[in-house]
This record gives sequence, structure tokens and C-alpha cells, in this order.
Amino acid sequence: MMRKTLLATAALGLGLAFGGTASAQALDKAKACFIYVGPKNDGGWSQYHHEAVEKMQAHYGDKVEVQYQESVPEGADAERVMSQMALSGCNIIFATSFGFMDATNNVAGKFPNVKFEHATGYKREHANVSTYNARFYEGRAVTATIGGLMTKSNKLGYIGSYPIPEVIMGINAVYLAAKKVNPEVELSVVWAFSWFDPAKEADAAKALIDQGVDVIFSHTDSTAPLIEAQKAGNVTGFGQAADMPEFGPYPRVSSIIDDWAPYYIERVGAVLEGKWEQSDRWDGIASGEVKIGEFSSAVPDDVKAKAQEVMDGIVAGTLHPFTGPLNKQDGTQFLKEGETISDADLAGMMFYVEGIKGDIPK
Amino acid sequence: MIRLEKRPTPSRTWVAVTPVLAVLLTMIAGGLMFWALGKNPFEAIRTIFWDPLFNEQFAAYSRPQLLVKAGPLILIAIGLSLGFRAGIWNIGAEGQYIMGAIAGAAVGLYFYPEPGWHIFPLMVAAGLVGGMLWGLIPGLLKVWFGTNEILVSLLLVYVAESLLAAMAIGKMKNPDGGGFPGSRNFAKYEASANPELIAGTGMHLGVVTAFIAVIAAYVLLQRHMLGYNIRLTGQAPRAARFSGVSPAALVLICMGASGALAGMAGLFEVTGPGGQISIDFASGYGFTAVIVALLGRLNPIGILLAGLLLALTYIGGELAQFMLSLPKASIQAFQGMLLFFLLALDLLSNYRIRLARREVAR
Repeated sequence: MMRKTLLATAALGLGLAFGGTASAQALDKAKACFIYVGPKNDGGWSQYHHEAVEKMQAHYGDKVEVQYQESVPEGADAERVMSQMALSGCNIIFATSFGFMDATNNVAGKFPNVKFEHATGYKREHANVSTYNARFYEGRAVTATIGGLMTKSNKLGYIGSYPIPEVIMGINAVYLAAKKVNPEVELSVVWAFSWFDPAKEADAAKALIDQGVDVIFSHTDSTAPLIEAQKAGNVTGFGQAADMPEFGPYPRVSSIIDDWAPYYIERVGAVLEGKWEQSDRWDGIASGEVKIGEFSSAVPDDVKAKAQEVMDGIVAGTLHPFTGPLNKQDGTQFLKEGETISDADLAGMMFYVEGIKGDIPK
Repeated sequence: MIRLEKRPTPSRTWVAVTPVLAVLLTMIAGGLMFWALGKNPFEAIRTIFWDPLFNEQFAAYSRPQLLVKAGPLILIAIGLSLGFRAGIWNIGAEGQYIMGAIAGAAVGLYFYPEPGWHIFPLMVAAGLVGGMLWGLIPGLLKVWFGTNEILVSLLLVYVAESLLAAMAIGKMKNPDGGGFPGSRNFAKYEASANPELIAGTGMHLGVVTAFIAVIAAYVLLQRHMLGYNIRLTGQAPRAARFSGVSPAALVLICMGASGALAGMAGLFEVTGPGGQISIDFASGYGFTAVIVALLGRLNPIGILLAGLLLALTYIGGELAQFMLSLPKASIQAFQGMLLFFLLALDLLSNYRIRLARREVAR
């Protein structure tokens, strides 16, 4: 198509102007660009990406120029923003939300000399697209151990964003880990259908608390669930994607922290050295991409010890949160005794494990 | 002392001058805001208004994008303006836009993967009918039960959004999508695609339809009896009734027509720039179009210009955000200023300012 050629030519021209088109060529200076799905100060997901970006910038100093855009809607707008970024001379563009997937691949096809990195996606339609994700479910196994032991009503609540495998594996991980330490637990799931919507997240938290839930997990980006937990007074919560220490020592008793800085430093470094290659990264607690926030003083010592044990087991590789025997919600066998789940099954997980009530929205 | 004196008819000079004046005032006030944020105000204003149109680096891409962004805004706003003129306030175009997209998508998915020239026209017809029916619900309720169309049409947006989410994760989910939400990509399937008519121009059928709608609305309002009745009802409802205009018919015509145009806009978007039915498909076009309609003073030509202007501030605003690291909120504030000055200066078209000494009783 003519437009594609036109854009590619423009990109080529820019590439020349900015020093080198061949991907194997080292650069003196690189421009790294980022798009966030929420505001950069959302207190959660986008903020931790942004903080990692700042660490990366500090690491390279003048060698790397950073540009970013916050609150980019998923869809046609994201495609335009990334195209304009590529035209402005970005060498590498990070799209930091699942919903940017098609847009990232579309733009990558038009700008073969720009590198694209898509967080939490699975499509790599062109050689210049990589994906990266973190094993948040490992962190959930730790926080769910705390939640399972601290609940008094034995009712746990989960605020889900969208019913995609990423979120469903988190729900399953929470249920399995909590069930392991407390066979009485029940888990209720409420869907917000948004990554960042403080009002909806707060409503979801209220609905859960009204049902008698006293431990809330969330897979959304804002601090609203913790604010509701704080109002309720006797509801335990966790920092999600960010430490959220301002809610400690209670209701926030621990947290799952995303640390993208090492990855950003590595990938931007690869562009500088001309050694960037397509990859599909999925790291967890062991490599530091997922961190567990400090257990607060509200957590009893024996609970802390138990959570630490889970964490140490995951780091050592002796404990996998998804280990058989494990049945699907409908009772069919999924994992045999001692078997652990494959990454492929995990990445496509679209079912609840046995014991979770309710249906995944269809 | 300053006195305001109502003009018998709006001043033609001021009607023509105020939009330009409003843009200038926005540039000054916005420039001050950018300056207060520590940015070069001239650079910021240039990036927003000039670079998308004339910057060598971006313009080849941004100019066509202007049409892509303005097309649906203009199409929806034209429909809304008919009702607004007659005092019928359809605030739910966003919902009609969504329903049009869903109805059209359903037809497209029904035929998938059949080829055929007849598929796209059928989808457009379905989009039109889908939007129209959704718009007629508040219309019929108003006619039958005297309900308020503002509230009903607005609340139906939330119903449509939930239906959209249900479709994206349920009935319309791409069976080859690995369990992730979102339908098949219509833009990638020839029979249902709405591509650019001439590559590199941004001109797709939706933009063409928007231009046709502008002309049709102009002719309707100036030359046609229905247009006269609409204007008469807005200016003098009682007189209109005496002259035999049926208020009920007018409500249904206006709600149906604005719903139909919004539905078509949704269909052209989902088959073109948007590509697929996804949870976040609706990106606020229906609400922004209300602003466009009012900004264009409910005049077809005015709406055309207002749509292009607003699209420019969106695209230029995106550029300014990542080129100059301006926060998104400042761009929204900037757009708000534009609206504020335009409406505030309306005063000058409708009133004369008199500087007069207080009359003293003799």
C-alpha cells in the first residue's frame, strides 16, 4: 500500500537522520518512548512503569532521551500516538498495556526499523516486536497465604479488570494459595471491566465488603480498593502493582510490586549496543521483576513466617503455585499429582480451578 | 458603567469574528498555562496547531489523521444538531454509536469468511438501523410517557457499554483469539473492511458520509419544509404547533435520524480505524460530538469546522504531550478553554455592549 511505503520511507529517512538504520548498529544516543494506559501518577500500574522509566533514564543519563504519553486509549488512538512517536524518531517504543496489542503490531509493521515492546501481550507479528510480562501469580501466592490466614469471615474478594488469562491465573493463584493454608476460604470475584477506574473499583470493593468479605485482592490499577478497605476498618488489602505504603500498616499488609526497571535498562541498552533481538520475557520473584512489599506490623509473626516460606519456595524453584493434583471448576482433571502447569497452559488459562464459585463472564 | 443590550438579531460580523477571536484568546490563556508549567508557550502552541498540519516530520501522517478523527465527530454532530435545533436533546449518541457498531459487526461476523460486495452495504444498513432503534427508545418513551429524553438517552449509553463488553468477551469474541476479549478484525477481512479510498489521505467511507451529511443537513435546513419545521419548533414551539407541526413526529424523526447517523459512524469506525469490537471500542466520540455540535452553533458548516478544529487539538495535543512532556490534563484544560471562550464570546453576537453613564434623575 502506498501509505505504508510512504511511512516506511519517512521512517527510513528519520532513521538516517538519527544515526543508522541497520538494527545491528550501535547508537551513541537512543530515544526511548512509552505509552501508558492510565495517568503516570495513578499510584499503581502506570506509575510503576513510569518510575522504572525514570530509573532507566537516570541509569543512562544523556545517552537516552525519554518521551512518554499517559492515559492513551486502547484502539485507534494508541495506533496514532505510536505512529507519531515513531515518526518523531523514537528508536524503541514500549506499549505498557494489554489492550495496545493490535495497535503495537500494526504500527510495528509500518516502521521496521523501530523496536516495539508490548507488555503482557502475546502477539509478535513482526520481527521488531517483543513481548514482556511478569509472573504476578507468584506474588499472589504469597499475598494470598497472608490473606487466607488473616481472614476471620473466611470470605475473600477479588476485583478483576477484564476476564483475560492474565487476570484469571491471578484469581486461581489466590484461591489455591489461600485454600492451602485455610481450607474454609471462599472467593468472590467482581469485574470492573477497566484497568483504571477508581469509582468502579471502589464500587466493586464496597459490594464485596457488603457480602462479608474481609480480605480484598485486586487486579486493577488504582488505590481505590484500599481506600474502601480503610473506610471499612476491618478489611485487609494489598498494594497492587505498587507498594502503596500510605495505606499501611493496615489495611495494606503487604503488596505485589512490579519492578520493570531492570528490563527497561536491559532492552534500551540492547538498542544502544545494536544488539536488540525479538524476545518473549516472563520473569518472576526470583529475578526481581516481581517484588513482595514489606509485611506490615499488622501481620502476626506466624503468618509472616508462612508467607516467607512460600516466597522462599518460589525463589528456590521448589514450589510452583500451580501444582497438581488440580481440577478445573467443572471437576475435570487438569494436573496430575505432582505435575506443574506449563507456561503455555498458564498463558491461555481461561477457566477457574475447582472450588471457585461463579462463572467467568462470557 | 457597562450595560448589555440585546440585539434584535445576532450580529453577523461578531458571529464570524468570535471563533477566530476565541482561538486567539485560547492561545494566550493556554500559553500562559503552559508557561506556568515551565514550558515554552510558543513551542507548545506551535506543536498543537501548526505541527500536525505543516511539520515535515509529522504532517504527512497527521493531516490524514485529522479526517479520521473528525469524520465520526462531524457525522454524529450533524445528527444531533437537528434535534438540538428543535429543542430535542439526544445526549446518548455514544450509546447509539456503540449499538450501530455492534449491529453492523453482527452482520459482518454472520457472513465471515464469505467474500462478496454485498456484505459491507448490509453492514452499513445494519449499523444505521441499530443506531436508529437505540435512538428511538428515548424518543418513543418521550412521546408515549413524557419521559425526559436527556436522561433516558444518557442512561442507555451505560446499557450499550455493558452490551459492548458482553459482546467483546462473549458472543462476538474472536474464536482464534486465544481466549482474549475482542472480535475478529474487520479491517483485515476484505468484505467487511472500510479502508482508505485513496491511500494516504485518511478518507474512508465514514469521512465521505460525514461530508455528505453536512451538505444534506444544509439543504434540509435551508430548503426543505422539515428543516423549516425543525427550526420553527426550536424558536417558537407554540407557533409551530399552530402551523400543524406534530411535536411527536418531530421527536421521533430527530431521535431516529441522530441515532442513525451515530450508528453509521460507529459502523464505519469498527470496520476501519477501530478494527474490532473490543471493550474499549467506544472512545467518547458520542459525547465529544455534543461539544462539536454546540461549538459549530448547530450550523452544518460550523459543525464541519468545529469537528476539524477539535480533531486538530486532539492530534496536536497528543504531539505536545510526548514531544514536550506536557501532562494530559493540561491538554484537556486547553480544550476546555477553547470551548469556554467560544461560548463566552457568543455574548458579543447576541448582545451589544454599551458604555454609558448612569442616568441621573433631573
